[in-house]
Amino acid sequence: MKKKKLSRQTWTYIVVLIVYAVVEIFEYAGLLSSHLTGLLVPATYYAIVAVGLNICVGILGELSLGHAGFMCVGAFSSSLFSILTENSLPTAIRFPLAMVIGIAVAALFGFLIGIPVLRLNGDYLAIVTLAFGEIIKNILNSLYLGYDSNGLHASFTSQMDLGMEADGTMLMNGPMGISGTPRDANFTVAVVMLLIALFVAQNLINSRDGRAIMSIRDNRIAAESVGINITKYKMLGFVVSAAIAGAAGVLFSHSISTLQAGSQYFGYNISILILVYVVLGGIGNISGSVIAAAVLYLLPELLRALSSYRMLIYSIVLIVVMLFNWAPAARNWRNRVLASIRAKFGKKGAKA
Amino acid sequence: MLSFLNYLISGISLGSIYAIIALGYTMVYGIAKMLNFAHGDFIMVGGYAIFTCMITLGMNPFVSILIAMAVCLVIGVTTEKVAYKPLREAGSPLAVLITAIGVSYLLENLALLIFGSNPKSFTSVVSWSGITLAGGQLHIQGVTIVTILVSLAVLVVLQWFVHKTKEGQAMLAVAQDRGAATLMGINVNHTISLTFAIGSALAAIAGALLCSAYPTLTPYTGAMPGIKAFVAAVLGGIGSIPGAMIGGIVLGIIEILARTYISSQLSDAIVFGILVVVLLVKPTGILGKNIQEKV
Repeated sequence: MKKKKLSRQTWTYIVVLIVYAVVEIFEYAGLLSSHLTGLLVPATYYAIVAVGLNICVGILGELSLGHAGFMCVGAFSSSLFSILTENSLPTAIRFPLAMVIGIAVAALFGFLIGIPVLRLNGDYLAIVTLAFGEIIKNILNSLYLGYDSNGLHASFTSQMDLGMEADGTMLMNGPMGISGTPRDANFTVAVVMLLIALFVAQNLINSRDGRAIMSIRDNRIAAESVGINITKYKMLGFVVSAAIAGAAGVLFSHSISTLQAGSQYFGYNISILILVYVVLGGIGNISGSVIAAAVLYLLPELLRALSSYRMLIYSIVLIVVMLFNWAPAARNWRNRVLASIRAKFGKKGAKA
Repeated sequence: MLSFLNYLISGISLGSIYAIIALGYTMVYGIAKMLNFAHGDFIMVGGYAIFTCMITLGMNPFVSILIAMAVCLVIGVTTEKVAYKPLREAGSPLAVLITAIGVSYLLENLALLIFGSNPKSFTSVVSWSGITLAGGQLHIQGVTIVTILVSLAVLVVLQWFVHKTKEGQAMLAVAQDRGAATLMGINVNHTISLTFAIGSALAAIAGALLCSAYPTLTPYTGAMPGIKAFVAAVLGGIGSIPGAMIGGIVLGIIEILARTYISSQLSDAIVFGILVVVLLVKPTGILGKNIQEKV
């Protein structure tokens, strides 16, 4: 039993590496359009956030509607760091440091939200994270930040209000965001981060801590009565989940030229999109999240030929897949069909 | 002082719209125990239905609203039957949440295909220009007054319906304990459909009022008010009808005052920040009941 589980984990890494190799070969051979190449990094970081969110939703059993917010804080904090140190640090040191900072900031926000919210039961985490995502987006969208010889200047109204000296440099320009982040992240870096995220997630699940977290998910009262510290383990799961989302944010900010806190990047609809990946990939199934994120992110792009009908088809596919996968009636029907297939093909099918 | 009063009144008006949407949210959440993320899009559907009847076909505004209510009611009940009901026994509330997101995408993209992405300019359903008080210094628009009156009327009728009629009592029973309600002979499916019907019809009214006050209509018109109304429902105590009303109005006032006196860009952050603070102090919302979980 244990051996089987281990091999499944390893298979996930192997499949990710094979996909990576195939994509790299195709790209090298010039078989990928530049449009498709541009989608590789986003698909990977959505997969990473999906892994992070799956820890929260699948392992911890709490709904979060604000993972885009954790991406957002990770993206902006690391981007600011990279811009400030662009001339003083080489890429090999700067990017890992930026990654650490982005992850730490996202984890810190996860911790701060977790302190009050994880003590409560019910849908509060969903509501508060939703609010958090919108607050962060809103604040970053109206924050102006610059530095000059007198130090840092910040304002919530306009660039003029910063009152900078002539030698000052703008860091954040309100809704225009941060531009000029060094583009340190590429597909290879993204895949490495995805593997690390998978490694962290799988190890958490198969550890003592992970089992404690899952016992809370399955029955909070029973877990409490055998002496599991509910708040501590809930916090652990949530902070890891937020930190992984922060790592994805760092990749995002270092792969685009202008980082803006617009709703098309960090709004609640993005948090929901990631939740869709997690649920369709299978709640609690980490490798499923990666597959679902990659396929569903690329699907609307591949349907581009259908132009305006593509999102319509996407939404119908989403509803039908959910009904087919989750409705008890559809499950019974599927089991009946499977049983009849097995009966037809004799003992072989029945054994497997 | 007068300008403050003016902003306060427009806050109450915006809040009344939130309250009508929040009533739909809170009833569906209380009775079907699901977050209907497509609820905001029913507002948009209502808006387009009124737009089509009133401006394209030149009908009477009142008739247009009735038709829009019927359209939303049919869409709401159909959605519930086709997309939500099969998942009711699925064991995970997330499944139906994702389907609701799918329905939301579906409605938005259908509207995008039928009406295009260009904003439609909406004509107010209220032709009355309003009243002027304090020697011309305080002007209250007709649509503002109508919005506030309509939301009060909706509240009174809903309260009467829920507490005085048999169907309303059935709703309360299903909200409290679905299994026990079934044992008492209540048709749970019928009750949930009725809840969706009422919620969707209210969304059409909210659509009419929202588009009259803010006269641009796009396929995404309903999304943000929908989320805000959900916040309002939580603020007032989700599942509680007077709570949704109070939450909506409080939210509307805060939003308008924050936009006017603090910062127009940060108003949403302030609204959501207040939600977080309220939840930390009183997790069940202003009028919510605290139900202790027992072993």
